[in-house]
Amino acid sequence: MSETAIVIETVIKAVTVLAVVAGMAAFATFIERKVLAFMQRRLGPMHVGPHGILQLAADGIKLFTKEDIIPQHSIKPIFKIAPIIAPVAAFTAMAAVPFLPEFTIFGYTVRPIIADINVGVLFVMGVASAGMYAPLLAGMSSTNKWALLGAARTVIQLLSFEVVSGLALLAPLMLIGSLSLIDINDFQANGVTSWMVWKQPLAFLLFVIAGFAETNRTPFDLIEYEAEIVSGYATDYSGMRWGLFFVGEYANMITVSFLVSIIFLGGYNPFWIIPGGIMILLKISFFIFLFLWVRAAWPHVRPDQMMWLCWKVLMPLALLNILITGMVLI
Amino acid sequence: MYEVIAFYTFAILTILMFSIVVLSKNALYAMSALAGGMIFIAGFFFLLDAEFLGVVQIIVYTGAIMALYAFGMMFFDTTREVKEKIHAKKVIYTLAILSAICFVVILSAPIYSANLEALYPTIEGVGNIQMIGLVLFTKYLVPFELAAIMLLVAMISGILLVSDRMDLNITLNDDDEEREII
Repeated sequence: MSETAIVIETVIKAVTVLAVVAGMAAFATFIERKVLAFMQRRLGPMHVGPHGILQLAADGIKLFTKEDIIPQHSIKPIFKIAPIIAPVAAFTAMAAVPFLPEFTIFGYTVRPIIADINVGVLFVMGVASAGMYAPLLAGMSSTNKWALLGAARTVIQLLSFEVVSGLALLAPLMLIGSLSLIDINDFQANGVTSWMVWKQPLAFLLFVIAGFAETNRTPFDLIEYEAEIVSGYATDYSGMRWGLFFVGEYANMITVSFLVSIIFLGGYNPFWIIPGGIMILLKISFFIFLFLWVRAAWPHVRPDQMMWLCWKVLMPLALLNILITGMVLI
Repeated sequence: MYEVIAFYTFAILTILMFSIVVLSKNALYAMSALAGGMIFIAGFFFLLDAEFLGVVQIIVYTGAIMALYAFGMMFFDTTREVKEKIHAKKVIYTLAILSAICFVVILSAPIYSANLEALYPTIEGVGNIQMIGLVLFTKYLVPFELAAIMLLVAMISGILLVSDRMDLNITLNDDDEEREII
């Protein structure tokens, strides 16, 4: 295949992923409100369309047409760039995620991954964590004390949980011996018993906890916790700039769900009579639901509790897990 | 052709970013441009098929510059311009430009005269990560371990410097103790 053909194929894939994931992220906001309402014995959005499904469109129109306010004393260029970083990093991270198994369309085999680099896991995690620059820069350029506190909390959150997620991931990678997400998926091809979660239950737990922290979800959403610091980094933002942060957050949730499903839960391997494509969609739906479930069920933690949890509990556990895995491997 | 386009795009962006780092008087601009420049450098590694190094570049500098922001937050008002005290502008600029040229010449002279060749040529079919591991744990084992020990020393001394008051919690203490600390 010529170079141009590859470029065209990649562009088509990228646009498709962007459209589908942005749609999923928008729909996730609706699902979140519905699930939270269900768990708190409310109805949630009901008035716009059947069961409030058109609320999505209404919210979109509201966000796009709202007045765009830029505070007078903020550092304007960085204030304007910051919200863009969040979705850009989240969608760039998806370049190395294999979404579905290979399939054939019009006699042409499609590999549903944009860039099959052999360090896929590292790429996804590194680029997704670069998205943390969005709240950091937003907080520092707003010249607002709540926002600055939010930015400071972003720093401790990233520096703490980056370590835990990296170390947690190391143990399963030692067993597999490859950083490519496709290899990781193929490693678990022999049915449910070969899923990584049975061999590395501790790593699975640690990685999911770190995933909650990296996507700023409750119980670790302390960078925008409204009872302590109003709205954290997003205090001064309005309209679509505010919306972009949340597109990034939901896209990150989807990425983390894909990562956990592929690394620990057998990825897109077929299960019984269910084909692989459906299987991975079921898994990520479950994880999105888990994100919402935890938000409804758990209280927030304080920053010092989070640091304690990370450095004194999770990190030693992750190191111990690596040590044991290494001993078993030898 | 696409490689050339990508190379020049990344080259221009990187140079632009780092010139902002040097020329800007605002700490926030400088740090943001530094972060951006470091991430654009990763693009060169990807172009050279060194994906592992590219990704490591992104991960390491994301965390490192994040820590730099934390220091910036603590020591400066990052929204104001820093007032610089430069007495002899011409001398400083001349020296800076001359030393930069010297540095480039020193680094590029061996490459230009083609004396530089890979001691460990890449093996066909062996991945990026395996090759790095191979070199790191054979040829460069001693420097690698020494660097690790130096980092450990730095970490322990850093913890030791602040460990005097580690058992006191500033936010939860009673007023007396708090006053003592302050």
